[in-house]
Amino acid sequence: MSTRIGTVFGQELRQARRNLWVILATAVLGLFALALALFGAGQGSGLKVDVLTLTAVSLATLSVYLIPLIALLMSYDSISGEVERGSLALTFATPVRRWEVFVGKFLAQTVAVCVAILIAFGTVGCVIALLSETGQDGIFTWLRLMLTAGGLGAIFVGIGLMVSALTCRTARAAAAAVGVWLLLVVLYDVALLGAIMAAGEGIFATHVFPWLVIANPADAFRLYNLAMIDAAPVAGIDGLAQTLPFPPVAALAALGIWLVATIAIGSARTRRIVP
Amino acid sequence: MTETLAIKALCLSFGGQKVLDDVSLSVQPGERLALLGHNGAGKSTLFKTVLGFLRPCSGTVAVAGHAPGSDPAREAVNYLPEVVSFQRNLSGREVLSYFSGLRGTPKAEVSDLLARVGLLEAADRAVGAYSKGMRQRLGLAQALIGTPRLLLLDEPTSGLDPVSRHEFYEVIADAAARGSAVLLSSHGLEEVQDKTDRIAILARGRLTAEGTLAELAHKAGLPTTIRISARPGAADALHGEFGGRRINGCRLDLDCAQGAKVDLLARLGRHQDKLRDIDIAPPGLTDIYRHFSRTGPTEDQT
Repeated sequence: MSTRIGTVFGQELRQARRNLWVILATAVLGLFALALALFGAGQGSGLKVDVLTLTAVSLATLSVYLIPLIALLMSYDSISGEVERGSLALTFATPVRRWEVFVGKFLAQTVAVCVAILIAFGTVGCVIALLSETGQDGIFTWLRLMLTAGGLGAIFVGIGLMVSALTCRTARAAAAAVGVWLLLVVLYDVALLGAIMAAGEGIFATHVFPWLVIANPADAFRLYNLAMIDAAPVAGIDGLAQTLPFPPVAALAALGIWLVATIAIGSARTRRIVP
Repeated sequence: MTETLAIKALCLSFGGQKVLDDVSLSVQPGERLALLGHNGAGKSTLFKTVLGFLRPCSGTVAVAGHAPGSDPAREAVNYLPEVVSFQRNLSGREVLSYFSGLRGTPKAEVSDLLARVGLLEAADRAVGAYSKGMRQRLGLAQALIGTPRLLLLDEPTSGLDPVSRHEFYEVIADAAARGSAVLLSSHGLEEVQDKTDRIAILARGRLTAEGTLAELAHKAGLPTTIRISARPGAADALHGEFGGRRINGCRLDLDCAQGAKVDLLARLGRHQDKLRDIDIAPPGLTDIYRHFSRTGPTEDQT
């Protein structure tokens, strides 16, 4: 079992490297992190917060857009493309289990995303820590950001693969991936903001709204990171970070549920594909 | 039984339409069976059923005695689909190592397989740079991993030039000599003549014939055509005497059953003065194939 997952994993990771996905993702994430660090360095002296923490706050917000996009782009074609090319039929004709194929692909692409995050954010974090005065809190904040960013990447790799297995056609998978990104990353927040404006103060604002926010993996990721930073300058939905009715770790639990659900649904769907 | 593949009374429908109807066939170890049929005759569907991708409505399929899709069945069967394109940025060796890993066979076998299909030199080049023939040979090498007990090859030589095709069948013959049962599909009898041991013809989901080429020719009982060129002005007289079909002013085609050939020729000999030439055309492979694949209302769907 483990050797078969390992075989799928190795092949998939090799492709992520050859397709320059890792390098591209690293470059994009690194450049954005660096730009935000420079911006934070300009502000830092006035706000009495160290630069690393300040950069972590803005990077948490930006990562919500970038990391799901990178993860979805890496994964959406992984199963549908192989169905169309006919190579999945060959794979499924071997004694490999369907779920092993799904999990192998998931692990490889998650590793690819995480390596990009590790290199990009790690390098920029070290540069900031060396060039500015940084306390222990700042370093922990940064590490927490890197870790949860990896988790966010994993969830969206899972969503991308699930979409790929559900559609089985590259064109439809691409459309679905774009739709998922728009829905979870952009439209969901707009809809929630509209709802809270309309509802005003009341049961909805205090008891329903926070749960709706962490039901979305992108928001849960951002909320967790911001809630863990005392001095975070926040606005909009993120203002919730300072008045949460539940401990921030609930957001992590929400991320965990998403991860398990996408892998479970994706694996189950892969079992029913007729290649 | 010792059959590697045993299919009995297999039926399969898609959306109320029967794609396979009462198909029974078997392949012994070391035997090569060609499955012929038009596009849409059900060949690929039959393969997918043997692989366990599709569930039959009725009938049974046994691969080395096991249900399709079960572990021992998947270990026993190797497959080359009609259309496959491997990842362009992987090398031939990496592609084979991948499938070798999924089958749990020793990696050392990979170089040997690449040599058997003549790809050893190109083994470390990207598949994207391979020619069509090379990619097809890589697909065949993939299908030979782990010395399969049953080889399923779906139109393995379509689009190959005659030389590549010949080499391809040599590799298949070699695999059969090592004990693999081979089931391969094709479009025409010419292609599989002398390359396979038995032939089965599938038309509109039904098996219309099965046997060696000689058996099929005998069973078809197609007439031999005798083509006569008459001397000027004599064609009408010959047509009156022998019947047959007038082709033009001086030519006449006569259909003649196998047994009646000598008798007819002897009768023709008596009209030597009216004849300029005689051609004898025994039924060709195309005629035999068309005879068996032309069942039901549709004709010549190519």
